[in-house]
Amino acid sequence: MSQSFILKVNGQTHTVSAEPNTPLLYILRNDLKLKGTRFGCGEGQCGACTVLIDGKAVQSCDTPLWSAPGHDITTIEGLGTAEAPGRLQQAFIDEQAVQCGYCINGIIMSAEALLIANPKPNDEQIIEALDRNLCRCGTHVRVLRAIKRVAGAAS
Amino acid sequence: MSAVAGVVSVVLPQSLKTNPKLTSWVRFNTDSTVTVYSGKVELGQGIVTAIAQIAAEELDVSLAQLAIVPGDTRVSPDEWYTAGSQSIEVGGLSMRLACAEVRLMFVEAAAKRFEVNAAELRVRDGVIDMPGTDLKTSYWDLAADVNLAVEATGRAAPKPAAQYSIVGKNAARRDITAKVTGAAYVQDMELPGMVYGRIMRPPAQGAQLLSLDQAKIRALPGVVAVFVSGSFVGIAAEREEQVLKALDAARLAAKWSAAPKLPEPGEITSVLPALPSTRTITSTKQAAEKKAIVTRHAATYSRPYIAHASIGPACALAEFKEGKLSIWSHTQGPHHLRGQIAKVMGLTNAEVEVIHRDGAGCYGHNSADDVALDAALLARACGRPVLLQWTREDELVWSPCGSAMVVKVSAGVDADKRIVEWKHEIWSHTHIKRPGWAEGINLLAAWHMDPPVPVPPAKDMPLPAGGADRNAVPLYDIPNHEVAYNFIADMPIRVSALRTLGAYANIFAIESFLDELAAQLGVDPVAFRLQHQADPRARAVIEAAAKAAGWKPGTLTKTRDGTETKGMGMGFGRYKNFSAYCAVVAEVEVTEKIRVKRVVAAVDAGLIINPDGLKNQIEGGVVQAISWTLKEALQWDSERITSRDWENYPILKFDEVPEVEVVLLNQPDMPGLGTGECAAGPTAAAIGNALWHALGVRARDLPLTPERVANAMP
Repeated sequence: MSQSFILKVNGQTHTVSAEPNTPLLYILRNDLKLKGTRFGCGEGQCGACTVLIDGKAVQSCDTPLWSAPGHDITTIEGLGTAEAPGRLQQAFIDEQAVQCGYCINGIIMSAEALLIANPKPNDEQIIEALDRNLCRCGTHVRVLRAIKRVAGAAS
Repeated sequence: MSAVAGVVSVVLPQSLKTNPKLTSWVRFNTDSTVTVYSGKVELGQGIVTAIAQIAAEELDVSLAQLAIVPGDTRVSPDEWYTAGSQSIEVGGLSMRLACAEVRLMFVEAAAKRFEVNAAELRVRDGVIDMPGTDLKTSYWDLAADVNLAVEATGRAAPKPAAQYSIVGKNAARRDITAKVTGAAYVQDMELPGMVYGRIMRPPAQGAQLLSLDQAKIRALPGVVAVFVSGSFVGIAAEREEQVLKALDAARLAAKWSAAPKLPEPGEITSVLPALPSTRTITSTKQAAEKKAIVTRHAATYSRPYIAHASIGPACALAEFKEGKLSIWSHTQGPHHLRGQIAKVMGLTNAEVEVIHRDGAGCYGHNSADDVALDAALLARACGRPVLLQWTREDELVWSPCGSAMVVKVSAGVDADKRIVEWKHEIWSHTHIKRPGWAEGINLLAAWHMDPPVPVPPAKDMPLPAGGADRNAVPLYDIPNHEVAYNFIADMPIRVSALRTLGAYANIFAIESFLDELAAQLGVDPVAFRLQHQADPRARAVIEAAAKAAGWKPGTLTKTRDGTETKGMGMGFGRYKNFSAYCAVVAEVEVTEKIRVKRVVAAVDAGLIINPDGLKNQIEGGVVQAISWTLKEALQWDSERITSRDWENYPILKFDEVPEVEVVLLNQPDMPGLGTGECAAGPTAAAIGNALWHALGVRARDLPLTPERVANAMP
């Protein structure tokens, strides 16, 4: 049975109606039209759907809707826009750290969670933070460079 | 060459021959911009940006003034597929010649209007003027005077490389900002009234649907259509989570026949040669003078079936409205796909349009075309636009995978330590089975429908490009060679084109074998390659990679005491033997498993269009090849493919990625060559050779897993 839920996403409050066990991913993409969070596997194995919940990186494909109310949810759209990209988005543009790009937003969200917890991570900590993200095109070298660029700039 | 400056006659490249009208390539808009049309599409390789650079350079407009429309059957030229690293070689060259001719036509029109010599005019940002005078016009002022609806002749000389200001410089990719900030892919599209579709595939290849209680599925919340034809079952629902629930319910309700057995799983070296095959000699060379052979050596190598395993499962959006079918797809060949879908659905080509939209990473013939037909069938059945994405399991199990191979190499060496005879024998399937390649229909749903379209017979790509035998001819100075191909027509597992086709395994075999010979002869592996290599461009990349990596000649033949865990190895190849040159040096550390610590790749791809874009392609090629080489093999049991998620098909993770350094050797006066595929084979061989250097162990069956390395230990 469909139920109403109140979600706080990117600082805005939304009311959505769906079955309680609906994966948060589909609510974000199809109800709230936040398409920057991508479907990759539906099993929490690849990280393409990573969002922040209360500042922590979470796979939205295996997060049920019922568990999301009362928490602060951030998607890639909450970090910046095409006109005014966020710091990590800008670093990925500057480093051209994209091949197909499908995995990248999930990676950016994992990196954002790391930088919230630890503004100056070392290389090992960055790699550890990306342990749940897969990239198939082999963009890893540039991805690490882009994240280090932001980590290095932190005061 | 003609006597008139700037005018020449050339042989037109294939894309321009197929699409000779200049309006197929270039159109000027009324707002002082220009739109160029390309049949080559963005697959994550940056081609759209590179082709825009080529067009802007030849037209003398700024990149900001130029828009590009790739892969739209309504307006773009038919350029076969975006495949085989040919988008720069053929697509880029076609765009270059078309734009050069358009520019010349406008300059001639301006010269006529001003009554001056065309050679005295220049073009900057689309403005045509004569220096030192106030004579000035533009492409847009002259647009009514110049008829571009004419056929290209190739009479305009493209700009000499020395005058380039856009080509050869880094240009930011046009698609990145959108991708890292929001919607950007076909997966992200929506149309009014759109529903979500999924397909219930059989539990194994060849299983037939015996029964399905369709009414039960239709009664589930949100379900708008269940379309069953033979063993093809499509479901559409109002909401995405609803279609997934309906799919789960359908799986529980459906009854299927048993599928034909797969070959017993085992080592590829036993599985493939046991299958029926036909043997052909595909290349042979014999010198008149025979040298006496003093050393002989033989070895057998293999690679497994490898999955495309894109991070984003395939997706298409389809709408069937008033007898017209529109499909938005991340296909590599929009025109071919249109023709195949029209045939399957009983439509004319004019009733179908295929519009390319970016998708997740594409490394060859994956599931993009299949999902387009899936979406089209469901859109027609339910009368509403359908967005259909495959599941992760569909993607791993039903996408064609890259063909497994067994390669047996043997050679004879004379008293001067020169290779005088080389034999290379392959066991494999076809490496290409795209829609539009050879006869018949190569689309999954068509094979499952009632009546089923027969699966067409397999036909591999012949040399010189080659399929399984791509790069099988050793690119060294060897007076006698023979390449034999044992072609296995019936494939137990669906296969088609995966990045490099056979080149990955052939170069792994050739370059590993060279090191084995060098070790037996006590010659440094780099020196041994150079002894057999007269091509200066090949020598240059080998030497550049060795130098950048800090290769120390002679150290590879040292005696091991068993405590060494670090090693360095080289691999070299010229993709297809006529495209980009690439030499790779890998440094590894071997403890419980092989860890690649550093990779240096030196590349000569002729004229470089976008240096950073090229580096990105090589870095990606190297890293993906490390993943293939260390970890990847499609698994199956006697019933079905068992690699159904990322746990059962692991790929390289961030903590396994080395430093990668790319050295570019620019050749501004040589044709630009594609680079998406040149690094894979050399990387595999460099890792295998580095393993040998570290431990004195030769592992010849890919992937080089800890188990394989342990088994190779003496």
